Amino acid sequence: MPTPAPLIEMRGITKSFGAVKANEAVDLSVAPGEILGLLGENGAGKTTLMNVLFGAYAPDAGEILIQGQPARISSSADALAAGIGMVHQHFHLAARLTVLENLLIGIPGKSGRIDRAGGLARLAEISRQHGLTLDPSLPVSALSVGEQQRLEIVKALFRGARLLILDEPTAVLAPSEVDGLFSALRSMAAQGLGIIFISHKLNEVRALTHRCTVLRHGRVAGRVDDPANTTSAAMAELMCGHEIVPPARGPSTPGEAVLALDGISTSKHSGTTLRHISLVVRAGEILGIAGVSGNGQRALAEVISGVRAPDAGRMTIAGQNVSRFSPREVQALGLGRIPEDRMTTGLVTNLPLADSMVLPRIGTAAFSARGLLKPDAIRAFAEEQIKAYDIRCPGPMTRAGALSGGNLQKALLARELAFDPKVLIVSQPTRGLDIGAARFIHEKFLDMRAKGCGIIVIGEDLEELLVLCDRIAVMYEGHIAGTLDSADATVARLGLLMTGVEGRG
Amino acid sequence: MNAVFEQIFQVGFLAAIIRIATPLAFATLGEMFSERAGVLNLGIEGIMLLCAMTGFTATSLSGSLWLGVLVAVLTGMLMGALHALFTVALGLSQHVCGIGVTLFSSGLAYFLYRLIFGQQSVPPSIKGFQTLPIPVLSDIPVLGPAVFNQFALVYMAILAIPLAAFVLYRTPWGLSVRMVGENPRAADSAGVSVIATRFQAVILGGALMGLAGAFLSMAQFNAFTFGVVSGRGWVAIALVVFGRWDPWRSAGAALLFAFVDALQLRMQASGLGHIPYEAFLMLPFIFTIVAMAVMSRNAVAPSALLKPFRREER
Repeated sequence: MPTPAPLIEMRGITKSFGAVKANEAVDLSVAPGEILGLLGENGAGKTTLMNVLFGAYAPDAGEILIQGQPARISSSADALAAGIGMVHQHFHLAARLTVLENLLIGIPGKSGRIDRAGGLARLAEISRQHGLTLDPSLPVSALSVGEQQRLEIVKALFRGARLLILDEPTAVLAPSEVDGLFSALRSMAAQGLGIIFISHKLNEVRALTHRCTVLRHGRVAGRVDDPANTTSAAMAELMCGHEIVPPARGPSTPGEAVLALDGISTSKHSGTTLRHISLVVRAGEILGIAGVSGNGQRALAEVISGVRAPDAGRMTIAGQNVSRFSPREVQALGLGRIPEDRMTTGLVTNLPLADSMVLPRIGTAAFSARGLLKPDAIRAFAEEQIKAYDIRCPGPMTRAGALSGGNLQKALLARELAFDPKVLIVSQPTRGLDIGAARFIHEKFLDMRAKGCGIIVIGEDLEELLVLCDRIAVMYEGHIAGTLDSADATVARLGLLMTGVEGRG
Repeated sequence: MNAVFEQIFQVGFLAAIIRIATPLAFATLGEMFSERAGVLNLGIEGIMLLCAMTGFTATSLSGSLWLGVLVAVLTGMLMGALHALFTVALGLSQHVCGIGVTLFSSGLAYFLYRLIFGQQSVPPSIKGFQTLPIPVLSDIPVLGPAVFNQFALVYMAILAIPLAAFVLYRTPWGLSVRMVGENPRAADSAGVSVIATRFQAVILGGALMGLAGAFLSMAQFNAFTFGVVSGRGWVAIALVVFGRWDPWRSAGAALLFAFVDALQLRMQASGLGHIPYEAFLMLPFIFTIVAMAVMSRNAVAPSALLKPFRREER
């Protein structure tokens, strides 16, 4: 694509947080009609760079040019006025206000009143132009994650954005929603908008973007002028600084069943109802649970980890009936669990990392005696794991919430694996992680598998499940729509099961 | 029993409800604006007391009732600004600062009152607001004398309810207030100043608390005593929850509380004299607790209530 005058140009941007240089002399430009991929591992400085562009952080050095003119952007209001819109990873929406109200925030009204009619007309126009339809009267809390993201995009366009920044927009979407997002983004680019697409999913970047800038350790590590015809391996190497080899899964030698579910059902609690689920996980195999999010995966994980009691059916761990066991009891039998949401159910963000790492076993003899904690043992355990898993943090007493996603996930993994679980249940193990961290997690799973642990991986990323799992079960509306050996499974076949087209029950 | 009943439900009963509800309505609306913006103002009890004092003093010294009201409103705004300074600008704990504001305001009110009026055997009083019958409307049977033969401040409270609803739901500023109380980061990224909006809401809330205080010392009691507020501020905080942070519901909650309060006053005065009057005094508060327990289970507070907002946070 020809490159007209850049819509936005960042020159020599440097930004430090204390001793850490988050960005160092970064140059970046986007032309009208161009989709620029901004690639980099977690902590490479992508988000910081975009926050500088959006006025959230003031750069220590460097300048920003908008259509060739130097611009000072010191607040999000400046950025909006300059035509820059941002869709953050965590949406900036008020859940209890309506779609229309979220759009109209900060927009001056008409004769002292909110201009509802004008807002509706503008929304209809944007919807028509880019195929982004939304019901303006619904509260945001009633929207799906995909719809909320659509609202964020519409919000930026509503304010007349000419440059749209999307921070890892596909991390929260189901595969079918990703296609919709991409076609909307292509339509916007075709109409002359500039788009910065931040991601570390290389296949998406290759499919969507016209050009890429790759960051590593806060610096520009390289640029890719033709992403569609550049291999993922070459881009991954730019991001990581070294070659990335996908882990090889050897043939499985499954042993006895370590976890068995027989006719597990739940009724009308919050979330999806489970309907007659039967599963077996054997020692030394990885079972994948695929499915569009919201089809009962969370309920299943909760039943297996003892958080939710099933209304019918039987669950056994190593032959022992555990249907009515509490989380602590199933854990004592050797069940390890890595929950879906690291920040809320995984650990306590305001406590030191060390405390979070021993939390599930705080009452065991290893960490407490006679009703008192053993702080030295807790600290020593955390220090040991931090070293073993290369968890990047200032120390075991760091507030857990201050760690990056990849390091948190490593910490959670360390916490479970340190006790040699017989069964491990993991939800979304690599969501939001970069290639290096994901690779590390996968290797650990395969190690555990070789040691005879039975692993259940609940995920939405089919490519990941296909690489990792020996068998893949697909959940649809609370039951198992089908189970495939991964040798026979393809994305297409799994997709059919996931949408309920194929399958029994 | 029938006689007791008749004695309670006289025409004057309705008028009493309206009069008791007025300061509660002002205070509840004031607290509601503050909380919708994400700032709990536990200073309300003390702010009302201080405003009752300053308004009374200004009127007492100048002889002008409306000057007194103005002074009370300005006092409320000032104390609101003080609370906002601590909780919004400095991001300190809203609970601690609110209690601090209440203790400080109460102490200041007592101190200034003693300083200005000294210790008198008969407490000073003023000629407070007189009822202002609205022509034609006040001739409507039952409703007329109860609603349209009231103090000017009562009419202001009645008008304040739809006005508050209009401001909150129909104006860009009201939308900013609601957004800032739900998700300040969203408001910030839309170019709305979270700090300024919260300041404005808390100060507006303080002004309304000032009106509540002015009503007590200048229309209801026509004197300032240390017990002039006696928990009405705390009640308003409960009524905001009961009213689910909505102007109409909050005003309704104030009216309901006033009904129970008026009822217990009548019961005290009626033939039920063999029951200690303290038992009746408890009724509105028991009602509040029960109502809160029953009605507030589904109430959802503004998501960002109690949460200070800081911009550059990693």
